[in-house]
Amino acid sequence: MKSKKLSIPYLIWMVVFTLIPLATIIFYAFTNKQGNFSFEPFQNAFFYSDVFVRSIWIALVSCLICIILAYPMAYIMSRCKERTQNLFVMLITIPMWMNFLLRIYAWVILLQNNGPIDTALSILGINANLMGNAGTVVLGMVYEFLPFMILPIYTVMSKIDNRLIEAAQDLGSNSVQIFKKVVFPLSIPGIISGITMVFVPSASTFLVAQYLGGTDNIMIGDVIDKIFWTDQNTGSAISLILMVAILIFLVLMNFFGDEEAIS
Amino acid sequence: MKKKNIASKIFVALLILFLYMPIAVLIFYSFNDGKTTVWKGFTFKWYIELFKDNAIMQSLYNTLIIAVLASVFATILGTMAAIGISNFKGFKRTAIQNASNIPIVNPEIVTGVSFMLMFTLLGVALNFEMGFWTVLLAHISFCTPYVILSVMPRIKRMDSHIYEAALDLGCNQWQAFTKIVIHEIMPGIFSGFLLSFTYSLDDFVITYFTRGSKFQTLPIQIYTMTHRRISPKINALSALLFITILAILIAINIKDRKAAKAKGLE
Repeated sequence: MKSKKLSIPYLIWMVVFTLIPLATIIFYAFTNKQGNFSFEPFQNAFFYSDVFVRSIWIALVSCLICIILAYPMAYIMSRCKERTQNLFVMLITIPMWMNFLLRIYAWVILLQNNGPIDTALSILGINANLMGNAGTVVLGMVYEFLPFMILPIYTVMSKIDNRLIEAAQDLGSNSVQIFKKVVFPLSIPGIISGITMVFVPSASTFLVAQYLGGTDNIMIGDVIDKIFWTDQNTGSAISLILMVAILIFLVLMNFFGDEEAIS
Repeated sequence: MKKKNIASKIFVALLILFLYMPIAVLIFYSFNDGKTTVWKGFTFKWYIELFKDNAIMQSLYNTLIIAVLASVFATILGTMAAIGISNFKGFKRTAIQNASNIPIVNPEIVTGVSFMLMFTLLGVALNFEMGFWTVLLAHISFCTPYVILSVMPRIKRMDSHIYEAALDLGCNQWQAFTKIVIHEIMPGIFSGFLLSFTYSLDDFVITYFTRGSKFQTLPIQIYTMTHRRISPKINALSALLFITILAILIAINIKDRKAAKAKGLE
C-alpha cells in the first residue's frame, strides 16, 4: 500500500503521451519550416487574430445565453420534489450522450433552405436565410453546451440547506431578498464551474461553425484543423496560443471561485 | 404566486422542447421515403440499408473494440497510478497531479493535434502509419486521467488501519491489497471505467487526428456522413443511438432507485 512504485508505469506513459506531444507543439511553434528557431509561426498566427476575436466573442455570447437559460431552469429544478428532480436531471443528461456531430446536424436539417423552419417561415411570408451567420453558430453552441451549464448550477442549488432559507424568512426577508442574499451567493460556485465547462469547449470547438456558420464564420478550432494538414508550424503556434489563453482563463476562474468560497 | 408557477412551467416546457425537438426531427426524417426534408411517405428502408452498410458496421465494431481495450487498460493503469500517487507528498504530488490533468484541462483539439504531430514524427522515424494502434494509445492517454480522478477520492477516504489489520491477521501484502484495498476503492474504479468507456465511445476530435487515413470509428463515420449529407441512413443511425442511450440511462436509473430503496430498508 505504501508503494509509490505502482505509479511508475503511468508516470512513464504520461511523459511519453502527454508531455512529449506538448513539447513537440512548443518546439514546432518556435521553428520555421527549415527547422531553425524562428518567430515566423507566431507572425503567421497573427493573420488569424480576427478569427481569435470571433471565437472568444461567440464563446462569450453563448456562455451568457447559457447562463440566462440555465439559471432559472436550475432554480426551478432545485425547488421540485426529489422524484421530479431526478427526472429532470435525466431529461437534461440524455441529449448530452448523443454524439455532438449528430446534434449539430439536427440543426442543419431544421434550419437549412427548404427545411421545416424555412418552409414554415416562407408560408408566413418571411424569407430569411437561417444558415450561415454568427447567430446560428451561437444557437448551435448553446444547444450543444446548455446541459453543462444547467447541471453544475443545479447541483450547487440542490445542496443549499433549506434551513438557511427558513432562517432568512424568520428574520423577515421577502423572497427577493432571500434570493439576493442567500440563494444567489451560494450558487456562484455552480455558475463558475458552468462557465468553465461551457466557455472552454465552445471557444476551442471545431466543425460547429463549419456546419452552421459557413466559411465566413469559422472559429479558431476550424483554422487549426485546416492549417495543420499543411503548415504544422503555424498550426502549432495557434494551438499554443489557444492553450495558453484557455489556461489563463481557467486560472482566473479558479481564483474567482476560491475567493467566493472564502468570503 | 399562481401566475409565477404557470410561467415557470411554460419555461421548463420550452427548454425541454428546445433540447429534444432537433433530435425528434432527426428521428422523424429517418422514416421519410425521400432523401430531402420533403415528406414522401413512411418507410423503414433506411434502417435496412444501415444494417447492410458494411462500412458502418465495421466502424461500429472498431468503436466498441477501441472502447473496451482503452477503458480496461486505462482502468488498470489509472488505478495503479492513483494508489502510487497517493503515497507522494507535497510538491511532487501536486506536480504529478497537475501534469496528469493536462489532457482534461487542455482543449481537445490541441491534445488531438499534439498526438498527430508526435505520431507523424514517430511514424516517419519508425516506419508505421497512423491507424488502430495510434487511436488506441491516444484513447488510453485521455481516459486514464479520468480514472485517476475517480479513484483518488476513494483512496483518500479509505481507513488505512483496515489494511494494517489485515496484515496483522495474517494476510500477506498481496492478499491484503486485493481483499482490502481493491475492495474498498472498487466503486471508484468502476465509475472510472464507465467514464473511460463512454468518453472513448463518443470521442470524435482525438480519433479524427490520430486515425490516419483508413481507420474508421462510428463518430468518424458520422462525420463523413453528415459532412457530405449522403443519405438518411444517418437519421436511422441517430434514432437507434438515441433509443440505446435512452434504454441504458433508464436501466441505470431503475437500478439506482432500487439500490436507494434497499439502503433505506436496511
